[in-house]
Amino acid sequence: MANEAVLHAHSGVETHHDHDHGHEHHHHETFITKYIFSQDHKMIAKQFLITGMVWAVIGGLMSVLFRFQLGYPDATYPWLEDILGKWAKGGRISAEAYYALVTTHGTVLVFFVLTAGLSGTFANFLIPLQVGARDMASPFMNMLSYWFFFTASIVMLSSIFVETGPFSGGWTAYPPLSALGDASPGSKIGMDLWLVSMALFVVSSLLGGLNYIATILNMRTKGMSMTRMPLTIWALFFTAVLGVLSFPVLFSGFILLIFDRHFGTSFYLSDIFLASTNTALPNEGGSAILYQHLFWFLGHPEVYIILLPAMGMVSEILSVNSRKPIFGYIAMVGSLFAIAILAFLVWAHHMFVTGLNPFLGSIFVLLTLLIAVPSAIKVFNWLTTIWRGNIRFTPGMLFAIGFVSLFISGGLTGIWLGNSALDIHLHDTYFVIAHFHIVMGVASMFGMFAGVYHWYPKMYGRYLNNTLGYIHFWVTLAGAYLIFWPMHYEGLAGMPRRYYDYSIWESFKQFGELNKFISTVAMIVFAAQILFLINFFYSIWKGRKVKEQNPYNASTLEWTTPINPGHGNWPGEIPEVHRWAYDYGKDGREFISQTEPVGADESKH
Amino acid sequence: MTTSVTSPERKLHPHKFMLWIAIGSIVMMFAGLTSAYLVKKSQTNWLEFDLPVVFWYSTVAIVASSVTMWLAQKSFKAREMQRYRILITATAILGLLFMALQIVGFYDLEAKSIRLLGATSNPAASFLFVITALHILHVLGGVVAIMVIFIRAFVGKTKLYSSRPIELVSIYWHFVDILWIYLFIFYHWVN
Repeated sequence: MANEAVLHAHSGVETHHDHDHGHEHHHHETFITKYIFSQDHKMIAKQFLITGMVWAVIGGLMSVLFRFQLGYPDATYPWLEDILGKWAKGGRISAEAYYALVTTHGTVLVFFVLTAGLSGTFANFLIPLQVGARDMASPFMNMLSYWFFFTASIVMLSSIFVETGPFSGGWTAYPPLSALGDASPGSKIGMDLWLVSMALFVVSSLLGGLNYIATILNMRTKGMSMTRMPLTIWALFFTAVLGVLSFPVLFSGFILLIFDRHFGTSFYLSDIFLASTNTALPNEGGSAILYQHLFWFLGHPEVYIILLPAMGMVSEILSVNSRKPIFGYIAMVGSLFAIAILAFLVWAHHMFVTGLNPFLGSIFVLLTLLIAVPSAIKVFNWLTTIWRGNIRFTPGMLFAIGFVSLFISGGLTGIWLGNSALDIHLHDTYFVIAHFHIVMGVASMFGMFAGVYHWYPKMYGRYLNNTLGYIHFWVTLAGAYLIFWPMHYEGLAGMPRRYYDYSIWESFKQFGELNKFISTVAMIVFAAQILFLINFFYSIWKGRKVKEQNPYNASTLEWTTPINPGHGNWPGEIPEVHRWAYDYGKDGREFISQTEPVGADESKH
Repeated sequence: MTTSVTSPERKLHPHKFMLWIAIGSIVMMFAGLTSAYLVKKSQTNWLEFDLPVVFWYSTVAIVASSVTMWLAQKSFKAREMQRYRILITATAILGLLFMALQIVGFYDLEAKSIRLLGATSNPAASFLFVITALHILHVLGGVVAIMVIFIRAFVGKTKLYSSRPIELVSIYWHFVDILWIYLFIFYHWVN
C-alpha cells in the first residue's frame, strides 16, 4: 500500500501485528525524536496546539492591556510602567504602545492562533486518523511546517522587544506606514521582523497545506471514497486549497513591499511628504491601493481558512452528540465548495471606500451577498441536525452550539457590511470590529474549543474536567456577546476603530461608560480562559483516564485506534471502510461504525 | 451512501501530487505579480521601454535545457547512464547560462539608464526586475535539485535505480521553462 511505503521510507516506523490495544512498542525513540523533532502527525498537532495556545494567551493579554486604555483612558496604573517601561510612562499606555498592541494582537490572533493553532492542529490530528492513513503524505515536510511556524513565532516575539517596538500600523500592514521606516517608530526594525516572521509563516502554511491536500486525495484507506469522508476532512481540504492558492499572492505583495522598503522602488509609494524628517520623498508612480488588492486577495480567503475548519468540526460534533446523521451531507460539502470559490471573488468588499469604481463595487456587493446562500444552508443543516436529536450536552457540544449561535449573529451583520452603500457609513467603525470578532474571531475560537474538548480524549487518553468546561463555556459565551454586542451601537453611531482615546471626542464621550463595561467583561473573559488552560494542562497528566476505545460511540475511524495510538495509528492493518461517517440511529441501532460492512437487509438512508 | 465504491486508484505518487500542488501555488504567486503589473500599468506614470535583446537568447537556452532534460530522463529510464550523465550536466549548465543571460539583460537595461531599483526607478522597470529575478530564483532551485539527484545517483554505496527523483525534477524543470515563456510573452504582449 502506497500509504505504508511512504511512511516507512520516511520514518522507519515498525508496525506490529499484535492486536493488543495500547501496547505498541516503538523502538529507537528518544525524547528529541518523540517530543521535539517528531514526525508523528499527532505530536505535531499537539505542538501546533500548544504553541497556538501560548500565542492566544499573549494576544489575549494584549487585548486586555489596550482595553485598559479604551475603558479607563484617564486612569493611571503604576504597575503598567513596571511591566512596559517607557511604553507606559506614568502608568498610562502610550499612543505608540497602543497601536503596537492593536497591531500585534490582530496579526497574532489571525495568523498564529486561528490559522496555525486551529487548522494546523486539527488538520494534522484528524486527517490521517479520519481518512485512515498511518501519517501524512510527507511526515518530514509536516515537521518542517511546524518548525517554520515556530521560527516565525520567535521572530514575531522578538519584535516586541526591540527598542523601537513592534510594527504598529495595523495587522493589514498597509503602505506607506509599513513601507517607510521613518513613518513611525514601529515601521523601523519592528516592521522588518514582522515581514520576516510572516514570510516564514507563509512557508509554514504552504508546506502544511500541500501535505493536507496530498494526504486527503491520495492516502485514504480502502473504501474511503470522497463522499464517505467526515465533514471535518472536507472542511480541512477546502481550507488547505484556499491557503495554497491565496498565501502565495500575499507573498507577492510582501516581496514588492520589501523592495519598496529597502531598494527604493515605487510600487506602493507616490508623492509623499514625511513630516517626521521634513522631507519630500522622490518616489513617484506607485499605488498604495495595489497593496490592498494583493493583501485582500489573501485576506478574504484567510477569513475562510480560519472559519472552515471550525465549521467542519462543528458539523461532526453536532452529529455525534445529537446521535443523528448530519442533515444534508452533500449540501454541506457543496456549500463548503461554494464558500471556497466565492472566497476568491469578494476581496474588494474590503476596499469599497478606496475610490473603487462604483460599478465594480456593485459586482462585489452581489458576490459578497451570495455568500449568505451557502452560509444559510450550513446554518439550516446544523439546526436540523440537532432538531429532535438525543442531545448530549458535553462541553464540546455546547461550544459547537455556541459556534452556530455566534455564526448566525455575526453573519447577519455581514449582510450589512457587504453593501457598498452602507459601508460608506460603517467602514472602519466599531461595527466592523463587532462583526468580524463575532463571526470569525470568537466563532472560530468556539470551533477550536469544541474540537479540543471533543478530541482531547483521543489526544491525551484522558478527559478534561467537565465542570470547569461548563464554567468556561458559559462565561465565554456570555462574555463574547457582552463585549461585542455593544460595539454594534458604537459603530452605528460612527465611532471609528483604532483611535487611542475616545474621551476627547465630543461625539464619542457618551460611550465612556459602555467602553468601561466592555473592558471589564474582557478581563473577566480572559480570566475564564485561564481556567481552561489549567484544565488543559492539569488533565494531560491528572485527568480521568479514558477506559473505552470509543467513548462517544462515534462512527468515524479515529475511534477504532487504540486509546493511546502510537506512530502509525493502527497496530495492525488499517481498517477498511464500508459506509459513510454518519450512521447514527439507523435501523434501530445507536450507531454503526464506518468499518462495519453494509448488511444485506439494511435500509438505505 | 450504500452504493458500492471501490478504493481509489493510487496512480499518482503522493510526492508527485504534492509537486503539482506546489506548482499551482507558484503559479498563483506569479499570477498575483503579473496582475499587479497590469493594474499598475493602467495607472499613471508608466515607463515604456524595449525588452533587452538578450532575453531572446536566454529563452533559447531554457527551451534547449528542457529538451536535454527530456532526453536525460529518457536515457535514465533506458539505463544509458553515460548519456544520462552528459545530458543532465548539460541541463544544469544551460540553466546556469539562462540565469547569467537574464542578469546580462538587467545590466543592459541599466546601461540604457533604465533604473531597476532605487529612488529614480520607474515601477515598470522594477516590476520587470522583481518578477524576472524571482523566476531566476526558481530556476536556481531547479539547478540545485538537479545537482542533488545527480550526486545521489552516483555517490554513495548504494545506487538508486528509481526514476522518481528525476521525474519530479523534470516536471519542475519544464514548469519553470513554461513559466518563463509565459512571462516572456506577457512582457511582449502587454507592451
